[in-house]
Amino acid sequence: MQGRRAFVKSVGAGLALAGGAWMAPRRSRAAGLPQGAVDAAVLDALPGKRALIRHSLRPPNYETPLEAFDSILTSNDRFFVRWHLGNIPQVDPHAWRLAIGGDAVERPLQLTLDQLKQEFEPAELVAVCQCAGNRRGLSDPHVPGVEWGYGAMGNARWKGARLKDVLARAAPRGTALEVAFDGADEPAIERTPDFVKSVPLWKAQDENTLIAYEMNGEALPHWNGFPARIVVPGWTATYWVKQVTAVNVLSAPQGGFWMSTAYRIPKRKFPVIDRFVSQETAETTPITEMVVNSLITNLADGQKFRKGSPIAIRGLAWDGGYGIRSVEVSTDDGRSWQTAELVSDLGRYSFVSWQHAFVPPEAGTYAVLAKATNRQGASQTFELIFNPAGYHNNVVQRIQIQVG
Amino acid sequence: MSAHDAGIVGLMLAATCAGALAGEDVRLKEGPGRDIVLGSCSACHSTDYIQMNSPFMKRAAWEATVNKMIKVMGASIRPEDVPVIVDYLTRNYGAE
Repeated sequence: MQGRRAFVKSVGAGLALAGGAWMAPRRSRAAGLPQGAVDAAVLDALPGKRALIRHSLRPPNYETPLEAFDSILTSNDRFFVRWHLGNIPQVDPHAWRLAIGGDAVERPLQLTLDQLKQEFEPAELVAVCQCAGNRRGLSDPHVPGVEWGYGAMGNARWKGARLKDVLARAAPRGTALEVAFDGADEPAIERTPDFVKSVPLWKAQDENTLIAYEMNGEALPHWNGFPARIVVPGWTATYWVKQVTAVNVLSAPQGGFWMSTAYRIPKRKFPVIDRFVSQETAETTPITEMVVNSLITNLADGQKFRKGSPIAIRGLAWDGGYGIRSVEVSTDDGRSWQTAELVSDLGRYSFVSWQHAFVPPEAGTYAVLAKATNRQGASQTFELIFNPAGYHNNVVQRIQIQVG
Repeated sequence: MSAHDAGIVGLMLAATCAGALAGEDVRLKEGPGRDIVLGSCSACHSTDYIQMNSPFMKRAAWEATVNKMIKVMGASIRPEDVPVIVDYLTRNYGAE
């Protein structure tokens, strides 16, 4: 174990230095899900949703099945569901209010849903919403938490008010440092820390950060944050607070378990660019943007194909908003790579869909790998960059198919 | 009642039905301490969390998890129940 850890550490350091341009081992290693997670998971449909992979009932944590990713936009009824706290109210949109306040605003205010929709110019964008812990279940060694496979993510067209426009009306003071979000959800017992998340002021004022009230042209599903949620394109979903009821502009760092302890990564281990300086400690930093990643969406391990027929390999790629430069596919376990065709472009925060046609030269077993690179030159890793909460898993997938 | 309100009622009915059909939680393994585990953990979360996080945690990891639930998440668990819970989790859902 010691040797492997040391290796992982050196890979992380190399990434940080070389921006992803490092010599990779050929093979990709990813553990399977813990057996208990496989046994506990069931297909189950929440009200208003089609069947998803249920990891936990209460709070509800449901994963999108692979087949839903064959389309570039993830439909609302198959969009993953992730909650931290047990009490999730049905929000009455007429009674709902959004309070904008905090010690660093001059003019606190409250908005109704109609005001949010009518008094601020709507903005629309397509963005990936990915749980920080997506693929946690594939961590080697396993780490505790919701044991997600590949589907704690989705891509949707979000429409809402720009957070910066809403903040401007409250007149932030010069001391403003962070903007914190709280939702209507509550813990099952009073002593559990409420789920409150903050972002740095600069990210809150990014023109792409929204208070979204529509998802793929419809009201948000209850399970995805009706009537409004924060959308932080490029950043992991932990900041995309659902059923948002309070936005507080703060002149001091937001405290609490969900900022100070959870959703943190070791510093300098990952090739990320965005920093959250006011929350950094000597050792850790809050997770920020998503790392570059890809998913093969139409092949399963062990799938059989007839010799002589072309095989279409399809998938998705995404990153923290720099944009995908290329996707390469290998059909010989990483010995050689071919450039895949990028099919669609819905903006730099969206999934990119890609495809690659492959004609197997002879019968046998083929290990198919896909690897995305973004416009910063950052790419995926072949060896997991281990961290105790299982975040940022962008290990290259390896799917073995049979041709005969 | 507006069309929207009708929609909400419909949703709630659907929720009730789904709860009856698919609401059942995993049944934890039989063994000493099972009732205490059910009483202590189920107040805040379903027990599929336990099965999901198995079988890779050793005793120390289960102990840390139970302590986190008490100290961080505020679970009301009697001190004398902690070793019983940790024993049960380690024996039935642990890596040892």
